[in-house]
Amino acid sequence: MADSRRNTLYAARRLRNTVATSLAYGATAFGLGWLVLILGVLLLHGFGGLSLSVFTENTPPPGSAGGLLNAIAGSIVMTVLAVVIGTPIGILAGTYLAEYGRHDKLASIVRFINDILLSAPSIVIGLFIYEVMVAPMGHFSGYAGAVALAVIVIPVVVRTTEDMLRLVPDTLREAAASIGLPRSHMIVRIAYRAARAGIVTGILLAIARISGETAPLLFTALNNQFWSLNMNAPMPSLPVVIFQFALSPYEEWQSLAWTGALLITVTVLALSIFARTLTARK
Amino acid sequence: MSEVALNGVAETTGAAAARATALNRLRLSDIAFRELTRIAVYAVLALLSGVILALVIGSVPALKAFGLSFVVTEVWNPVTENFGALAPIYGTLVTSAIAMVIAVPVGLLIAFFLTALCPLWLRRPIAIAIELLAGIPSIIYGIWGLFVFAPFLQKYVQPFLIDTFDGVPGLSSLFAGPPYGIGMLTAGFILAIMVLPFITAISRDVFEAVPPVLKEAAYGLGCTTWEVFKHVVLPFTRVGVIGGVMLGLGRALGETMAVTFVIGNAHTVSSSILAPGTTISASIANEFTEAVGDLYTSSLIALGLILFVITFIVLAIARYMLLRLQQKGR
Repeated sequence: MADSRRNTLYAARRLRNTVATSLAYGATAFGLGWLVLILGVLLLHGFGGLSLSVFTENTPPPGSAGGLLNAIAGSIVMTVLAVVIGTPIGILAGTYLAEYGRHDKLASIVRFINDILLSAPSIVIGLFIYEVMVAPMGHFSGYAGAVALAVIVIPVVVRTTEDMLRLVPDTLREAAASIGLPRSHMIVRIAYRAARAGIVTGILLAIARISGETAPLLFTALNNQFWSLNMNAPMPSLPVVIFQFALSPYEEWQSLAWTGALLITVTVLALSIFARTLTARK
Repeated sequence: MSEVALNGVAETTGAAAARATALNRLRLSDIAFRELTRIAVYAVLALLSGVILALVIGSVPALKAFGLSFVVTEVWNPVTENFGALAPIYGTLVTSAIAMVIAVPVGLLIAFFLTALCPLWLRRPIAIAIELLAGIPSIIYGIWGLFVFAPFLQKYVQPFLIDTFDGVPGLSSLFAGPPYGIGMLTAGFILAIMVLPFITAISRDVFEAVPPVLKEAAYGLGCTTWEVFKHVVLPFTRVGVIGGVMLGLGRALGETMAVTFVIGNAHTVSSSILAPGTTISASIANEFTEAVGDLYTSSLIALGLILFVITFIVLAIARYMLLRLQQKGR
């Protein structure tokens, strides 16, 4: 009697375990399934539209064929400027957090604030840049778009720089100090060098992040149907063009949107995989 | 010093002077570098204060015109310049809630799989694949949701939901109305896929930090894999898991482009999750460039301020929780 009761209890526990583990297998398949599904659909819709004219012609007026040249150029220009603005600030701030202010109050406040900025809604960043740049200047511009993207770059770079500098063993720092090297030299010549791969990874991840950002560009850089590298004027970008074209009723535009979506996704995923291998090798 | 003995007095003073200027230069550049990094830190501080300040100043006209009732008014009428934030706030909360209901159990189960069931050689590839989901730009989720996922829901899932829950008290109003395809359920579902990698990544990290002795002790008592997870791993890492969930929630609340594509942009509060609605971020993305008049623009900025305050609180809780776990681990 007691024996059979023990057996049913054991069977119930085993059953519960089987159910839970099967659910875990299912959940993983579910998660991976979405990745396959999204990438598959993207290839299916985007690959057909991929041709040379995508890279040589500008965005077309409604109802005719064209390419994405001006949008790609605008995206590259704004991304480069954003990285040029954001990276030095990010690296320097990360350096302070890791090297000078490990335990001081300022550093712990900034660390917290940086984490908030890291996950702050990007549309709010767009509103912020609109208020401080677009409204005073009186017009949308590529500069405003680039600065909005830089605001997204900074927290990413701060975070990775700090984390990577902290991985540098303190014995290296002490060795440098013992031969009388000033602290700044120790940081630039030794700590940066030891953490270089990690810091570069951070910058690459930041680029990956901003090359797909749409929300902060909507009302800073706006859009431009024509070829323009004038940063003081509205500037097209790949994500904003995708947004506009995908929601349009024209078939040519929708097809270009899919092609652009494929381009962005491939770029972003390649960047983030490359960034990962960079640190994985260390 | 050896130079003194070798070179005599006259030359030593020259060398000492050169040495002093060199040292001085080093000291100055040292200070300059430190101050430079400090300025960069203040720049980060200024950034956040700037965001808050700009949003507050921008939303003053709207808050002056409507007062606190802005938050509880459903009307959104650009023609009569009458604005209320209730519908966007409601939509933001409902879509995020749907996202969390789906993503939290699935994310935790994937982390459970990765830390307890998955063969070792498969762990890294699967973890990276799940994290790639986080790398896909949100606009891609949007275009995919609009052209692939929404039609699928409209054709197969929504009619089924409507028929199944028709006449069931409570649930019938939750799943009421025609199957549009787009709407709050669709948006919530896509958000769930987007925040899934965040929840999985953090849960996996904290699960891995559980001391093996604890797990081994439980296994030694005859616990099943699931029992070890439920009674040892989860209680030990609860704070960290909550932190990860909050981080995911912060993402879901502020996500813009994916939602903008599939939410339908209707400023209404509907009890049915199949109905189109709007979220704070989608309203701003859809309407900001077309907003004419100071009051319209200001109302949208006020929406942005509300969104920022909500996400700030959620993210602050997340950070606090994760910090507490770190201290516990020490």
